[in-house]
Amino acid sequence: MPRAFSPKIVTANALLEGDVVYLTEDDRWSRHMGEAEFIEDEAHAAIRLLTAEQQGGTVVGAYLADAKAGPDGPEPVHFRESFRARGPSNYRHGKQADFA
Amino acid sequence: MYRYDDFDTAFLAERNAQFRAQVERRIAGNLTEDEFKPLRLMNGLYLQLHAYMLRVAIPYGSLDSRKMRKLADLADRWDKGYGHFTTRQNIQYNWPKLKDVPDMLDALAEVGMHAIQTSGNTIRNVTSDHFAGASADEIADPRPYAELIRQWSTDHPEFQFLPRKFKIAITGAPNDRAVVKAHDIGLRMVEKDGKPGFEVIVGGGLGRTPMVGQVIREFVPVTDLLPYLEAIVHVYNRHGRRDNKYKARIKITVHENGLDTIRAEVEEAFLRTRGEFTGVDERVMARIDSQFVTPDFVDGGAEAYDIARADPVFRSWADTNLSEHKHPDYAIVTISLKAHGKTPGDATAEQMRVMADLAETYGHDELRISHQQNVILPHVRKGHLAQVHAELMKAGLGTANIGLASDIIACPGMDYCALATARAIPVAQQIAERVEALRIEHEVGPLQIKISGCINACGHHHVGHIGILGLDRGGVETYQITLGGDATETAEIGQRTGPGFSYEEIVPAIERLMLAYLEHRADENETFLEAYRRLGAAPFKEALYGPEKTRHAA
Ligand code: SF4
Repeated sequence: MPRAFSPKIVTANALLEGDVVYLTEDDRWSRHMGEAEFIEDEAHAAIRLLTAEQQGGTVVGAYLADAKAGPDGPEPVHFRESFRARGPSNYRHGKQADFA
Repeated sequence: MYRYDDFDTAFLAERNAQFRAQVERRIAGNLTEDEFKPLRLMNGLYLQLHAYMLRVAIPYGSLDSRKMRKLADLADRWDKGYGHFTTRQNIQYNWPKLKDVPDMLDALAEVGMHAIQTSGNTIRNVTSDHFAGASADEIADPRPYAELIRQWSTDHPEFQFLPRKFKIAITGAPNDRAVVKAHDIGLRMVEKDGKPGFEVIVGGGLGRTPMVGQVIREFVPVTDLLPYLEAIVHVYNRHGRRDNKYKARIKITVHENGLDTIRAEVEEAFLRTRGEFTGVDERVMARIDSQFVTPDFVDGGAEAYDIARADPVFRSWADTNLSEHKHPDYAIVTISLKAHGKTPGDATAEQMRVMADLAETYGHDELRISHQQNVILPHVRKGHLAQVHAELMKAGLGTANIGLASDIIACPGMDYCALATARAIPVAQQIAERVEALRIEHEVGPLQIKISGCINACGHHHVGHIGILGLDRGGVETYQITLGGDATETAEIGQRTGPGFSYEEIVPAIERLMLAYLEHRADENETFLEAYRRLGAAPFKEALYGPEKTRHAA
């Protein structure tokens, strides 16, 4: 049996600021992970990644990251994505400060 | 200190103008990321986890107050008010915006600084003994030779696309403070028949396959230094593996071909390069030498130091943070960037300015960055130490912990670095806070803890007395411990203790190691490393994992 597809989001870094961004369902790049499109279908994920990769003038290094559904939209699965969604642990810089 | 010449100035201006145009074209959409990435890396600009990161070279870790103030200005104006000093004696800014980077580079160029060759498969910033030109034990100041190497390697046409990055370290003293045995090429100054020269060590390196470098030639006269280096890099450029990036460093080239084969080829190439270099670098050398003038040391004044020692806070700092200077009335001051609970290697713009002021007022205008992520005032009169200490205390820079358990090297890890597999900084912060709470670090004595956030080993964990490597094991941060590493002239790679520890478990595990040492050491004079060498790993493993019996039963 093929392995079940684990849900994904498309994420990247913004070209100008380098900040972590997420692809939304309506083709925007959001600073908030909760606004990311939650992708549960493998074929659709591939298409969304292609869409992201064509936006090299806006974002850099788009990729698919594992995500799980939460009350306020997609949440990270891996700790790396948790840090990207929050900011560094030694200073209140990055998203944790920007959206406090 | 050496000042860049007109060539450097013109070269920098041209490179910065080029990069400004490249950034503009990238932002305007005329360059793709694939086209732009190698260009930005050539100028020290990385894209990390949360933002861009600009890595600025501090050649052989030397700078003056003017440069330090400029670094502070960059931190204030284009970053978040601080900078991070690295194990390669560079400084990194963690939050620049792409459009600002050309302005940052122009600002740096005003003081002859840049970010060139801080990335890519080139010869990187040459690192050196941070006590160079000051320490009592050195044969000669290695920095003129470091500068010679910098000039030779910068924009060297043959060496812009090496199989992999290439790092050279140099020391002028028998006591190795520059970890020369863990570099692609390590140079150790030695004397033969009263003439200075270098012992050349090749093939050292940390990372995935840690290796201690081996001596390829016991003595190269100073006049033959560049042709000999050119011969080594030439042979490496020919043989280094370009098919597999994990096997591309010269340590693997030496390992796979054998030291004797490489040596023979280098000697052959040297016959040719030696002819090409004759005369050129002797002239250059004389010019560089004239720039590294020894300061006019002032005799006397040391009594004030003896009087100041009555203050226990000053005394404690003096005992850990001062080193012997070649002039009896001077001391070398190491300023700790490791205040307990703070980020190793970070300094605020304000702190940078305080250090610049101190260097200017009391330190012959010289500063150094150490690979241990601290800042050095190499020449301070003993009579001024009390004032210097008082100013440092006011700025939060007076921590008395150099060489102790809280003087931890930690790479940026997964708080910043895109390559990281786990965090390093908070582990360092928590260990330092723990030893402070227990008040044991002065009792534990000399102990080097080094932490890397991935196998690339920027935190030098392999050569830490206690090394910590952060890994991702099945989606969980896991920390592997090595013991017995040594970063000095008796270099050694630490041995893994066994299974790793979780993020929650790692700090208590390190605490158990320190307590085990206190319990098992022969006496107060036996250091952690000496005790480990005498006892072996067994008592330390027991402290980490429990008695052997229960371990096997488990
Ligand atoms: S050791 Fe790894 S995590 Fe640390 S700075 Fe180097 S590449 Fe990044």
